[in-house]
Amino acid sequence: MLIKLTGGTVYDPASGIDGQQQDIYIKDGRIVTKPAEAFQVDKEYDLKGKVVMSGAIDMHTHIGGGKGNIARTLLPEDHRQDPVMRSDITRSGCGHAMPSTFVTGYRYAEMGYTSGFEPALLPVNARQAHMEMADIPILDKGGYVMLGSDDYLLRLMTAKKDQKAINDYVAWTIQSAKAIGVKVVNPGGINAFKFNQRKLDLDEQNAHYGVTPRDILQVLATAVKEIGVSHPLHVHGCNLGVPGNMQTTLDTIQGIGGLPMHLTHIQFHSYGTEGDFKFSSGAARIAEAINKNKNITIDVGQILFGQTVTASGDSMRQHANHKHASPNKWVTMDIECDAGCGVVPFKYKDKNFVNALQWAIGLETFLLVDDPWRIFLTTDHPNGAPFTSYPHLIRLLMDRSFRNEVLSTIHPEAQKMTTLASIEREYTLQEIAIMTRAGAAKLIGLKDRGGLSAGNWADITVYTSNTDRQKMFEKPDYVFKDGQLVVVDGKVVSTKWGTTHTVKPNFDPSVEKGLKDYFDRYLTMKLGNFKISDDEITEDGRGSITVHPLRH
Amino acid sequence: MTEITEVPSPFCGIGTDDLTIRMDGVSLKVVENGCAVNTPAFEQMITDTSPRVDGKEVSLDVAVAAAAALLKDTRLPVIGGCATDVNGMRGLLALADRCGAVVDNMNFTGARNNFLALQDSGWMNTTLAEVKNRCDLLLVAGTDLEAFAPRFFERYLWNKESMFLDDTSSREVIYLGKAPSGDASTSPTGRKALVLECATEDLPEVIAVLRALVKGQPVLAASVCGIAAADLLAIAGKLKAAKYGVVTWAAGALAYSQAELTVQTLSEMIKDINNQNTRCSGLPLGGKEGDQTANQVCGWTTGYPARTRFSRGYPEYDPYLNDTNLLLTNGEADAMVWVQAFNVKSVPPVTALPTIVVGRSGMTFAKEPDVFIPVGAPGIDHAGHAYRMDNVVAIRLKKLRDSGLPSTAQVLNAIEQAL
Repeated sequence: MLIKLTGGTVYDPASGIDGQQQDIYIKDGRIVTKPAEAFQVDKEYDLKGKVVMSGAIDMHTHIGGGKGNIARTLLPEDHRQDPVMRSDITRSGCGHAMPSTFVTGYRYAEMGYTSGFEPALLPVNARQAHMEMADIPILDKGGYVMLGSDDYLLRLMTAKKDQKAINDYVAWTIQSAKAIGVKVVNPGGINAFKFNQRKLDLDEQNAHYGVTPRDILQVLATAVKEIGVSHPLHVHGCNLGVPGNMQTTLDTIQGIGGLPMHLTHIQFHSYGTEGDFKFSSGAARIAEAINKNKNITIDVGQILFGQTVTASGDSMRQHANHKHASPNKWVTMDIECDAGCGVVPFKYKDKNFVNALQWAIGLETFLLVDDPWRIFLTTDHPNGAPFTSYPHLIRLLMDRSFRNEVLSTIHPEAQKMTTLASIEREYTLQEIAIMTRAGAAKLIGLKDRGGLSAGNWADITVYTSNTDRQKMFEKPDYVFKDGQLVVVDGKVVSTKWGTTHTVKPNFDPSVEKGLKDYFDRYLTMKLGNFKISDDEITEDGRGSITVHPLRH
Repeated sequence: MTEITEVPSPFCGIGTDDLTIRMDGVSLKVVENGCAVNTPAFEQMITDTSPRVDGKEVSLDVAVAAAAALLKDTRLPVIGGCATDVNGMRGLLALADRCGAVVDNMNFTGARNNFLALQDSGWMNTTLAEVKNRCDLLLVAGTDLEAFAPRFFERYLWNKESMFLDDTSSREVIYLGKAPSGDASTSPTGRKALVLECATEDLPEVIAVLRALVKGQPVLAASVCGIAAADLLAIAGKLKAAKYGVVTWAAGALAYSQAELTVQTLSEMIKDINNQNTRCSGLPLGGKEGDQTANQVCGWTTGYPARTRFSRGYPEYDPYLNDTNLLLTNGEADAMVWVQAFNVKSVPPVTALPTIVVGRSGMTFAKEPDVFIPVGAPGIDHAGHAYRMDNVVAIRLKKLRDSGLPSTAQVLNAIEQAL
């Protein structure tokens, strides 16, 4: 079947197309060039006057894995505010802060998103993450496997094993967890918490292993680069949420010595200690460092006001933050000599000084970082806000008067502590398309996604331009996933199953000798039972695995 | 005759995956690392291979059609048991969503003690590998641990090596409430567990006093339900002195009214200890016959644990009102579906309502259900996934033999399609 999208105004940064009128042809799920010979169009959509972008990609969203399910279980009262009825084509569920899997897929698609990446795939819990993501319809998905507080890595480091040994272990872990990248969360800190350390600075030693977060970042960033994984080491740094952590973040950037590194939800790591409340914005200095250091990419982790729940691998910081839990209930877990997690419900309030300034810090960061190819639009769903708030966030970025209107309503002391009102920048449609499409695909290393040129998979979103950008982005006219029309006028009209994006870096098979011995002596399952096999994802006939090329 | 090694078990809840099983045709024998829970569960013989409708053998298609016909015009069917693997639960929830059913895991009334505490105040928990490598003090509250999981001590406490303890036999074990039924908790060097016995229903009082002592509150009573306050003070001291204390309980063993308050007191006590400059974690026991699996899959599919109804077109959780037995007793339910792929002895409550059983082959009934569809056991007759007690680890279950029995998922998906 040949589908023609006629006359839309196309924003395709991957091809350098910035608002030009173009026709798009779709055949067998992919975008194709206009057939040379005589051809018959089976289905045509008249998109004159419409805005056309590729399907959006959320490069950091907590959509799969144990901590998300703990968050769900913890908050029945939140689900009750947003029940979702079943229909002839969709399953029932719940929405809001931590939606059910089916609703996650529908609501992302209804905003024009066609892929989402779980950033914290614990190796030992990766199976669960993939099973949950297998129940998210429409979206493609993938995950970054979490290392850095696992005892195996720290033992390798203490034993002074060489970089090759670490590379093999990292590559083996990526393959066994079916991941597309590597994340580190509070490097070594989750482990240190198990030894009763309550904070861990960049150069502070783990009480048992003697290694520092700086050491861990160095070996992991090197490993990711050397084994050829496109996505740079994905870093949730030390000292999340601690006033003054701006300096930690600057030191982290400096310390990585030019290696590719992605700093995630940087808003939570951009705090100074100035002012009457000893809490201030470090966004300007952070943005300056990002602009200067081209090896660094970031996503923001914007907070937006309202009830949500924070679910993080950072058990150390989440335990410290539990006193802010609202409602007052929270969970932390130590997990399998592998990692940990902490789940703390939060209600961000615009009349709370700290929350209001966090909001402003995130926006300052968006607006002060020059290069949209190195910054990504996230709320760290659900930690800063549920992903359903993206259209509102886009309006804040694209509409200065709206932004300043909201600014004028937040805590007055926070207004005094931010430069936001003076920042004139408004994001363009092309810049939004870079952050949420082309840039994200490039950063993750997705082949044939995030662009609209021939050869790409036909993940396409069509909007009606509206000066109210929130209205525009929350209700696309059409969304196509792999060429199938899945959304019309912001409502799901059909569903399908997306693929799981992975990479398969090589490793020396002898790496399993040490691992088998370690598993047999210290862990609770056999090595052979730990590794996830392809058929676990594909055997039900819905899932599929896409392996992306390595960087050469 | 073949031998299969490293077989994971979905039966015991503690994720043993080192069983060796000898297979002769379709009959299985556990030859290594069996236990009182796993061995009979693996060795259970296949009996029925044909479905039955009204007691007569029929084809699977006929049985599926009959089940769909029974469910077609129901107003509030109840799907009980919910003892199956991840794919089985997926099929079960799809069916429930389709026919507006109540989904109720058969162990939920026990598990509710945990869920209510979790949903009210949360907890700080740990998992089995952390216990194996870090735990220097284990407090067992109100539970006969070795009867629950016969190999717990061998695998996770008396392991030869651990990463962070020089000598695992120096770990201390304390029982509070129920005494152990055997010697599994005695260390390899012969050190016996400290046992402070009280009646199960006295645990709320005893544990409340223990928490008060952990927090340094003065306690005037000399003894609490037969336990000397000085002994409880000593336990409080040990918990605070331990580097990585672990407190374990089985929610179902706390068989008295409002036992969720006991779980909450324990969990809050653990938080208190973590505020006194040391680490301590909870370890709720569970995970038998798919109960964690049911709650996990229902959790991501609906947002709620597995006592949830779909009768209004969307999921509604109620840990009391959606109880199978209550719905049957009150005459609210109008059909019963029982799903139990693990345990042939676990049969549906007897009811006059139309009853469909999707059950492990080998099941026998006092009252023949309207439709009985024998299915294979996950991890024996088909591959699958099951959660272990600590909820973090989903084990990959293997297919060991070709029995020709369908999986729970195949049967429930077929019934849903037929609707």
